[in-house]
Amino acid sequence: MKLSLTKVVNGCRLGKIKNLGKTGDRTMDVPGCLLYTKTGSAPHLTPHTLHNIHKVPAMAQLTLSSLAEHHEVLAEYKEGVGKFIGMPESLLYCSLHDPVSPCPAGYVTNKSVSVWGVGGRVEMTVSKFMAIQQALQPDWFQCLSDGEASCAEATSIKRARKSVDRSLLFLDNCLRLQEESEALQRSTIIGVIEGGDVMEERLRSARETAKRPVGGFLLDGFQGDPMTLETRLHLLSSVTAELPEDKPRLICSVSRPDEVLECIERGVDLFESFFPYQVTERGCALTFSFDYQPNPEETLLQQNGTQEEIKYVHQTKKIKTTGCNQEMTSFEINLKEKKYQGDFEPLVRGCSCYCCQNHTRAYIHHLLVTNELLAGVLLMMHNFEHYFGFFHSIREALKNDRLAQLKELIRRQAS
Amino acid sequence: MAAAASPSSMESAPRIMRLVAECSRSRARAGELRLPHGPVATPVFMPVGTQATMKGITAEQLDALGCRICLGNTYHLGLRPGPELIQKAHGLHGFMNWPHNLLTDSGGFQMVSLVSLSEVTEEGVRFRSPYDGEETLLSPERSVEIQNALGSDIIMQLDDVVSSTVTGPRVEEAMFRSIRWLDRCIAAHRRPDQQNLFAIIQGGLDAHLRATCLEAWLAKWCHVRTRDPRQQTPGHREAEQMTKRDVPGFAIGGLSGGESKNQFWRMVALSTARLPRDKPRYLMGVGYATDLVVCVALGCDMFDCVFPTRTARFGSALVPTGNLQLKKKQYEKDFRPIDPECACPTCQTHSRAFLHVLLHSDNTAALHHLTVHNIAYQLQLMSAVRASIVEKRFPDFVRHFMGTMYGDPTLCPTWATEALASVGITLA
Repeated sequence: MKLSLTKVVNGCRLGKIKNLGKTGDRTMDVPGCLLYTKTGSAPHLTPHTLHNIHKVPAMAQLTLSSLAEHHEVLAEYKEGVGKFIGMPESLLYCSLHDPVSPCPAGYVTNKSVSVWGVGGRVEMTVSKFMAIQQALQPDWFQCLSDGEASCAEATSIKRARKSVDRSLLFLDNCLRLQEESEALQRSTIIGVIEGGDVMEERLRSARETAKRPVGGFLLDGFQGDPMTLETRLHLLSSVTAELPEDKPRLICSVSRPDEVLECIERGVDLFESFFPYQVTERGCALTFSFDYQPNPEETLLQQNGTQEEIKYVHQTKKIKTTGCNQEMTSFEINLKEKKYQGDFEPLVRGCSCYCCQNHTRAYIHHLLVTNELLAGVLLMMHNFEHYFGFFHSIREALKNDRLAQLKELIRRQAS
Repeated sequence: MAAAASPSSMESAPRIMRLVAECSRSRARAGELRLPHGPVATPVFMPVGTQATMKGITAEQLDALGCRICLGNTYHLGLRPGPELIQKAHGLHGFMNWPHNLLTDSGGFQMVSLVSLSEVTEEGVRFRSPYDGEETLLSPERSVEIQNALGSDIIMQLDDVVSSTVTGPRVEEAMFRSIRWLDRCIAAHRRPDQQNLFAIIQGGLDAHLRATCLEAWLAKWCHVRTRDPRQQTPGHREAEQMTKRDVPGFAIGGLSGGESKNQFWRMVALSTARLPRDKPRYLMGVGYATDLVVCVALGCDMFDCVFPTRTARFGSALVPTGNLQLKKKQYEKDFRPIDPECACPTCQTHSRAFLHVLLHSDNTAALHHLTVHNIAYQLQLMSAVRASIVEKRFPDFVRHFMGTMYGDPTLCPTWATEALASVGITLA
């Protein structure tokens, strides 16, 4: 695997990761995102409906929390998780946790980390963790790590230090086991940068992890409430400055368009795509514009439209859906609102997704009001396509030195 | 095609069915329906998409499975989103973007399933909407009005539906009222050349009542031949004016409830024996594989049922030997597809083991995989049935089907054995 950067401007990296996959002939764009899955399948989507989506990322994210308990089955299956889930052609990255469902804290020890599946807690020592990865055979996997320094309200230096120490120990042990494993020779370990909110520990984590032969880095624990955003972004810059340029940097639990741009400016390459899923679960559709070079007529129309929509978003709606206890953002519209009942426009005019090409806001509204399963399917198709289009526009903007315009456009639409 | 509806005008229901083949032993027929949104091969199973959606699968997926006609429900759609909105959306076809045929029922069946909310009079059925508590009257006129707005290719008369477990004078009352309601539906129907109104034969489980109902239908064809003096010019054919209240197709209703299978098949057989040969027979609410095969043998052409799509959402996959409850532990390490002979996308890509895992997660994709498969199963079954009729080997097909489903012909349920025997098909 090789990361080739074509351009680095204001901290943003543009390029391609080449020679990926079992046959070494796959490529991935950066900045980019990974396809979010739940239990090995894009939410609501079968391969047929997933295939309707344009520009699906080359790499999908699997979560150990949904797969660890099926270790035995996968081991007996022998042919790897990609084939098992019906995505033999996709590159696969296995993360520890599901970014949408936070897990209870307090279960990391010096010897093990736990994940939560449908059947309950699965405790993993290094050897069990590696045995599971052996059964999965992903292309990349997040190393076993202690991410709890960032869970608590006020992180203590002691806890931050422990998270770094443990994660390095786990990493060294995993690397050693990988060397001894035939099945994992073509899988790449992603080292995890920990350290909570403590600068010293973050730097230590970055420097030490960078010394190990990992294929890339996962920046863990940078998500959180808007209050501490400035601090964390500052931390992020300092961390990425310590990392080698020729290896990809992933970040977890950051998926909102505005936050994505902030992180790209601080040297992050790859993101999870769970935000479109959360939007789907609250019955909403992404409508934010990422067209940073519209024609003048369109700009006026869009601006008026955007302003109107922001007005309606003022009642912050906390909609309870599993793990999506999130407020609606101003990047989206809520199709349950009565005003969409007779709206025969597509979700987003000009959108090339299956939903916008075939259906109307009125129809989606009807499906939501009647609690029909198809609502989730169509919204997921649209929201993924819209989101992947956004990433495409980031790369285009970087290529054409227009990221500032894109950033301004997104900033205007953020609530 | 027919002129505008009015009792005294000349009206002739279009012949929408073309018979392609008939079994020489049983009453099975293979045919083709000519409908406004394209031809439909029969026998046909019509999946049910109650609220303008096929429960989690897209119109494109349904089309790719070969479905050319499916159902919408007037009761539900009449309440949400309502006929006015659907009309604005260019009918139900436009609203759900379905390019092929649609059949809507009248809303009558909900009378039986939601009976605590309704009251039947000669006027119609008074419902209390479960959504906003508002009282609505579903009359024959209103039902047809809604269905006219929906624009479905086949519409059903409003009938006075009575549960098949009810006996006594209520059954007779309902049967005669349904005939009167048919007249009112025909009179109210504003689009007879774009939408085919089917009559529904009622009569419960009473052979006499059913026969009476059928007679009443056939008696409605009163041919009145008159000679138009203006056409007495030499060389011109005699103009034949026929006045009849005719329908393009018939449904057999009031069955597939809680009645015994023994009574069920006899009522079906009685109905098909008397219905016109050249018109489609739609057996409402029938969907289990065995029932489909037997009722094709008895002479039915069209079927609908929520069973395959509903059971999919409970994790049950339909196979030639019955069904697989994929949530069960026995499928945990079963790496075969649901059915190695099935051509559906689910079976092409996924194993029982993966579906088992997915069914235990909260990803709705699991349900969609099974919905796709179960619809494919039903459509493939009907296709195979049709091919066997066309190729003159339907009785052999039936024997093979029963053998696969029950292991041994002698293990086939008694009612099915008797029903088949009544039309000349022996299993052993």
